[in-house]
Amino acid sequence: MTNFTERGPTGLLLPRYRPDGDRTHPPLLSPEYGSTVLRAPSRPLALLPQRLTEITGPLLGADRLGPLDHDLTRQHEDEPLGQRIIVHGQVRDGDGRPVPGTLVEVWQPNAAGRYRHAVDNWPAPLDPNFTGVGRTLTDADGRYRFVTVQPGAYPWRNHLNAWRPAHIHFSLFGRAFTQRLVTQMYFPGDPLFFQDPIFNSIPDPAARQRLVSRYDHSVSEPEWALGYEFDLVLRGRESTPFEDGDDDDD
Amino acid sequence: MTDHWPGSTPSQTVGPYLHLGLLWPDGPDVVPPGTPGEIWLRGQIFDGAGAPVVDALVESWQADPDGRFDHPDDPRGAVRPTVAGFRGFGRSATDATGAYAIRTVKPGPLPGPDGVTEAPHLDLSVFARGLLHRLVTRLYFPDEPAANATDPVLAGLDPARRPTLVARPAPDGFRFDIHLQGEHETVFFAV
Repeated sequence: MTNFTERGPTGLLLPRYRPDGDRTHPPLLSPEYGSTVLRAPSRPLALLPQRLTEITGPLLGADRLGPLDHDLTRQHEDEPLGQRIIVHGQVRDGDGRPVPGTLVEVWQPNAAGRYRHAVDNWPAPLDPNFTGVGRTLTDADGRYRFVTVQPGAYPWRNHLNAWRPAHIHFSLFGRAFTQRLVTQMYFPGDPLFFQDPIFNSIPDPAARQRLVSRYDHSVSEPEWALGYEFDLVLRGRESTPFEDGDDDDD
Repeated sequence: MTDHWPGSTPSQTVGPYLHLGLLWPDGPDVVPPGTPGEIWLRGQIFDGAGAPVVDALVESWQADPDGRFDHPDDPRGAVRPTVAGFRGFGRSATDATGAYAIRTVKPGPLPGPDGVTEAPHLDLSVFARGLLHRLVTRLYFPDEPAANATDPVLAGLDPARRPTLVARPAPDGFRFDIHLQGEHETVFFAV
């Protein structure tokens, strides 16, 4: 089996990343989420062949990390309020291969559901001991781990009595431009899923459930923190060789 | 295409507070300040009503001026860039006028697997509240008319829409506005 599936007269042999299918990612126009209406492109997306720029990507390293970036509860003089949690998981590609050394960036509101951000002004308290920003790199097995606090739900104005389910924003690079992913991690059993148009914008219910973390008692630490497991899957590579001309370079 | 367990993680919007997690002090610097040949790529992002998108983030990815990538999957081999401090990657949030700015150097042309040379270009991702998945586009340069005319990606597009991917000259580099929707809508790609 080879990962390299495209050969041509210049001798370049490029890996190709499989498309995700049209039910995994939300449609750009999802009118229930009002902000998509003026921002979603009105024309169909053009197909971009995967060439050198697409099959490479930024390989960012430890110089992006501060010493406490992985522990959002230790970035200030005192501990933040709220339920302390450990969030961990593995980043793999669609073939189950771990993705090591990829930068994972997270951001979230505090336990009261308020972001430390200039435009978040709903009247929940700010926590002087919580910024809500973390970064880490996956290890050789593609694993990552953060310590933080359980984020609160918060209201927004998308529809009457609209509340975002508790979530943590995740950003990953993978190893190629094609694998770039920004997503949100949710918590099991959240009663707010039914009315959230962002969570429900994902067409395939099974894909939607992949954004719900799992309570992980094996990672919970006595007298200290609850554990949650959240695995991420980036796009896999083609394993079937393509012949010249049987391709999408048009 | 068969389904591959366990399936990709779906995308979600960055929301309005992306600046918390995604801004770096040196984010816009694909090359360090003062690099010989540095240019600024600047532009504004507009929504379907023509209003500036003030809570967006643009990321860029490109080859170095020799058309090389310091990346193990480049089949020509990973090479250290000849430009000191070249990162290849930039990110810039939009400001209160919907404007972004990336400090970089012009990429070189690229060979293709089909023997066709690609014109110098950058891949761009756009993230914003209201975008449930990033948008991908390409920026080409106006001072490369011959290369652009034979570029295999541009050639695949409706000729009337190709100009949306070509930047305009600016005093300190190039200007590239992005229209998410509407009459002047930028070409966006499925990658």
